[in-house]
Amino acid sequence: MSVPLALLGLLDREPSYGYDLKRDYDTYFGRGKPLPFGQVYATLGRLARDGKVSAGQSEPGAGPDRKRYAITPRGRQEVEAWLAEPVAAEPYLQTVLFTKVVLALMLGHDAAGYLDAQRATHMRRMRELAEIRRGGELVDMLLADHGMFHLEADLRWIDATSARLTALAETVRPA
Amino acid sequence: MTLNDAPVPASLIEPAPGPLIEARAISRSYGRTPALREASVSVRPKEILAIMGPSGSGKSTLLHCLAGIFTPDAGEVWFDGRRLDTLKDAERSELRRTAFGFVFQFGQLVPELTAADNVALPLLLGRVRRRQAYRRALSWLERLELGELRDRRTGELSGGQAQRVAIARALVMEPKIIFADEPTGALDSLTGEKVMDLLVGQARQEGATVIVVTHDARVAASADREVVVRDGRVTDPYAIGVSR
Repeated sequence: MSVPLALLGLLDREPSYGYDLKRDYDTYFGRGKPLPFGQVYATLGRLARDGKVSAGQSEPGAGPDRKRYAITPRGRQEVEAWLAEPVAAEPYLQTVLFTKVVLALMLGHDAAGYLDAQRATHMRRMRELAEIRRGGELVDMLLADHGMFHLEADLRWIDATSARLTALAETVRPA
Repeated sequence: MTLNDAPVPASLIEPAPGPLIEARAISRSYGRTPALREASVSVRPKEILAIMGPSGSGKSTLLHCLAGIFTPDAGEVWFDGRRLDTLKDAERSELRRTAFGFVFQFGQLVPELTAADNVALPLLLGRVRRRQAYRRALSWLERLELGELRDRRTGELSGGQAQRVAIARALVMEPKIIFADEPTGALDSLTGEKVMDLLVGQARQEGATVIVVTHDARVAASADREVVVRDGRVTDPYAIGVSR
């Protein structure tokens, strides 16, 4: 997650204060990992230095900083370019899961047992996310969905690999 | 609650009671092809258990043996302190009718009958008086958000609606256990999730145990626990040292 771009995007809606930006960030993107105030102000400082936001005069009020920040044309251009650019479709060819299975087979360890244990760990997380999905707001539901679909893909891979362990062992073990 | 702070299901922290239903080393073959090989599983009262596994692994056969639809060639099935597999056919049928509810992928409703008729049917077969049977059926249809469809023939309903009628029909007899075999297998994922949420939610409210066969991890995530059937054997991953 790019914090500077997320803050810039929030400022593209309307000018805002650091305190309000942090609150909005935590609401939409910070699930379980709120943004520290220090990081908000340090990021805004860098964005101002680079000419992507402009900072107004300090105003009296609650919170450590009552400067009002607004996005500049340069900042807006950066947000637009970022939103138009697809995220790299990572092939996930070097996953830890795969490495562990291959090494377990090479070393004569219990690869099937490892896959079963991994499957159970994934399923436990699926249950946690399903619980959040049931009780959560739409933002929580969609974030939980994202996690569940990725776990589901891993689980399919675990099942497919479990069914092919014997063939894989023949491939990776020295003759 | 946050994504990193999900509650632990109550069933995982309460002291475990004895099993409500249990398969002890059951085997079953179709001709010379073994479907189950000394499979064992036990399910606690009020537990929601998912049985997973690849196609042809034996998971549906295990469910049918637990439900008394098939008798195993070897091994034992116990339900509520009684040995199920040695009961006479008539006794087993009676148990299935009164203590078990069933939800299958499709085909268990009578398409020419209305939703209300289908849900009332098991009560009428159990000689509950007509007025009372329909009152209970309509109450269940309301709970499953189907009140407005009570007079529609089930053959005219969508897949999701029909499965909700099937759940109402399974629950109307207040069963101790609901056996569900791929209950969302013919539905799209969003409809399937709604159906599964209703099944699990209503079963929990009623204190019923649910055993659901599924190949879908999202469906299994609605359960308290899952076991995996592979080559006719049951693997309980939590029995091999995974902390819960």
